Amino acid sequence: MKRIILACVLAACVMVGSSAAYAVLPDEVMSDPVKETRARDLSRELRCMVCQNQSIDDSEAPLARDLRLLVRERIAAGDSDAQVLDFLVARYGEFVLLKPRLERHTLLLWLLTPLVLLGGGFALWMYGRRRGKSAAVENPSSAKLTAEEEARLRQLMSAEPVSDQPVQGPR
Amino acid sequence: MIAEAGHYALVLALGLALIQSTVPIFGARWHDPALMNVARSTALAQMVFALGSFAALVTLHVTSDFSVVNVFENSHSLKPMIYKITGVWGNHEGSMLLWVSILALFGGLVAAFGNNLPLSLRAHVLAVQAWIASAFYLFILITSNPFLRIANPPIEGRDLNPVLQDIGLAVHPPMLYLGYVGFSISFSFAVAALIEGRIDAAWARWVRPWTLLAWIFLTLGIAMGSYWAYYELGWGGWWFWDPVENASLMPWLAGTALLHSAVVMEKRNALKVWTILLSILTFSLSLLGTFLVRSGVLTSVHAFATDPERGVFILLILCVFIGGSLSLYAWRASALKQGGLFAPISREGALVLNNLFLTTACATVFVGTLYPLALEVLTGDKISVGAPFFNLTFAPLFVPLLIAMPFGPLLAWKRGDLLGAAQRLFAAGIVALVTVAVIWAWTRGGSALAPLAIGLAVFVIAGALVDLTERIGLFRVPVAVVARRARGLPRSAWGTVFAHAGIGVALIGIVCETTWNSEYIGTMKPGDVTHVAGYELKLDRIMQRQGPNFREMVVPFDVSRDGRQLSTMTPSKRSFTTRETTTTESALLTRGVSQLYISLGETTADGAITVRIYHKPMVLLIWFGPVLMAFGGMMSLSDRRLRVGAPKPARAPRALQPAE
Repeated sequence: MKRIILACVLAACVMVGSSAAYAVLPDEVMSDPVKETRARDLSRELRCMVCQNQSIDDSEAPLARDLRLLVRERIAAGDSDAQVLDFLVARYGEFVLLKPRLERHTLLLWLLTPLVLLGGGFALWMYGRRRGKSAAVENPSSAKLTAEEEARLRQLMSAEPVSDQPVQGPR
Repeated sequence: MIAEAGHYALVLALGLALIQSTVPIFGARWHDPALMNVARSTALAQMVFALGSFAALVTLHVTSDFSVVNVFENSHSLKPMIYKITGVWGNHEGSMLLWVSILALFGGLVAAFGNNLPLSLRAHVLAVQAWIASAFYLFILITSNPFLRIANPPIEGRDLNPVLQDIGLAVHPPMLYLGYVGFSISFSFAVAALIEGRIDAAWARWVRPWTLLAWIFLTLGIAMGSYWAYYELGWGGWWFWDPVENASLMPWLAGTALLHSAVVMEKRNALKVWTILLSILTFSLSLLGTFLVRSGVLTSVHAFATDPERGVFILLILCVFIGGSLSLYAWRASALKQGGLFAPISREGALVLNNLFLTTACATVFVGTLYPLALEVLTGDKISVGAPFFNLTFAPLFVPLLIAMPFGPLLAWKRGDLLGAAQRLFAAGIVALVTVAVIWAWTRGGSALAPLAIGLAVFVIAGALVDLTERIGLFRVPVAVVARRARGLPRSAWGTVFAHAGIGVALIGIVCETTWNSEYIGTMKPGDVTHVAGYELKLDRIMQRQGPNFREMVVPFDVSRDGRQLSTMTPSKRSFTTRETTTTESALLTRGVSQLYISLGETTADGAITVRIYHKPMVLLIWFGPVLMAFGGMMSLSDRRLRVGAPKPARAPRALQPAE
């Protein structure tokens, strides 16, 4: 075990290691292409635990190979995807999942994105309302054009040559 | 001698930085132009000494002076010259020296080209710049001195990590650092504005070119790093959601948001407080990136420095600068006056929406990167957050952003006409729908979402083109008029078109590569033939070759299609004797924008070799997109307004009509 870790750390030191090119080995591939696809998809969701941020699909570590074979063994035994994951989590802990499950201790991780988006949206809406109101209070007359102004505006706009360009920012 | 000179230059640079951090501030306080002008000369001198120190280290590496620890540990006399030079920043000490040299360079540039800045603003900006510089000079001198000597110099060095012996190292880190460190300028401007308690549209005009410059470098740096990983790491992945990659993506997302909010500030004098905050956040994220990479807190595939002493020092710098600037912000931001009003449906509104989504995306990357660390420190639970998490949370944020993107430039400032914009985008929508239909009909396999995603990308590109045709009146006015308008169109408008189209281009590449890539994994012997995506690949022979500082096994493949010989691909495996490591050099064959990719595995006892062959359709678009974006940035940077008109202080504001 220690040697595996050492090898992996060494490998990681050289970014991905000596010969990273043989993640999935030919002898691992399942004969049923549908099952093989399932195995590959699952492999991408599972972490090679002695490596640094690599899925077992990408890693060349011996442990990753063992895990790949284990996944294929479970699939061959007729497990569903969820059952395979449950089996691995029971055996190796949550750490093996690259996509943590939604539980109490990962609540913030999963909910932060929607919270920021909704919170930000709400803050913007409130801000817009407040500023709109305060502006209207400061300068109530400007919100609406008077009939005279409307007429003058129409006159100005019709006087212009046919606009072939939308109103653009940079002048 | 050179090592001592380099070391001494660095100490002098620190001394100058300390003067530059204090004297101009007092000068501004006492309204003393002479003291304020100290900032300019010290910044220039500091640049000279920092670059001199860096040049000294380069010289030591080039001359293979193994009496210096840094050279001994990272160089080898037989190493090709280019890697002797790039090896300077292929290690912790050297890369930190590059970092501060770039910081000093940017400070010097502000000093040199900032003649049109108000004196006190320039004094403050350069002083803040010098605070950052002082902290990092101290960090290098105390914890990571690259000029240390060995008492008994060895005869040969330990060589540079073989994976880093690649042209990628020559380009990727300097680009990335130019980006990271470039954001320090907008940070310094933001802090200076907070200290002065004054900010106007002219401020945004000064900040925008610097931000844009940093953003261009960061964009290219990230893209370059991604391509490097793609061909070097040997399994054809181009983005791994590795913490180190995330560390560079966060400042990019925040910096992109900053670019857009600075536009609003410059044009409409609105969003001031938010722009200041974004400037602070962007550079804070750059600092965080430096911390994550340099401290070794993440043991990730990129980390090549681990030393707790350094980690604590950088953490300290991080806390002081982020904490300090945010406290200053909390204290002073309310003093800044708010500017122009706008309706929700307007150019400003669209840019605010852009900021909302980019900031959320940035927060997502942030939490995904740091949550496992925090959780482990706090509770001891170990969890992994990897690609599947980010694909599920990060990617969906870009759907509304990309749908909204073509609308933004078509809306008027202050109050826009969404229906009108939609009508003008009608053609783009049709093109996108036709694309979706065609792809749906023509392709087999892959996710049903893929054609939709490509449709979205086409919509983005077509939307950018619609914006352009509208502006120059293509198809509606005579060609001569169109040409005149195209010339007269502000470069920044061209920049927008290219940058926005670049996003669409990159998206097409990403979707095609992930959905329709095909692969072959197997063992092959000389003479064996295999088929991948319509190509026929014949393993010719396995041969050995001697390189300058490595031995390599080369395996030529004959590639043909429909019986016609196309090319020979030669993937190889190199063994570096000094470090006793091997690297995989994959072979790439570019056909249009698609690529064939071969990388080698182990040889078996019976003389066969494990090979992985991939066909990656449209894969090059993934990097053409960012290049297009950076090109758009350069167009925008060359805009007349930023070159000539920048230094005009804010005119007396005209009485603006509120939007509603």
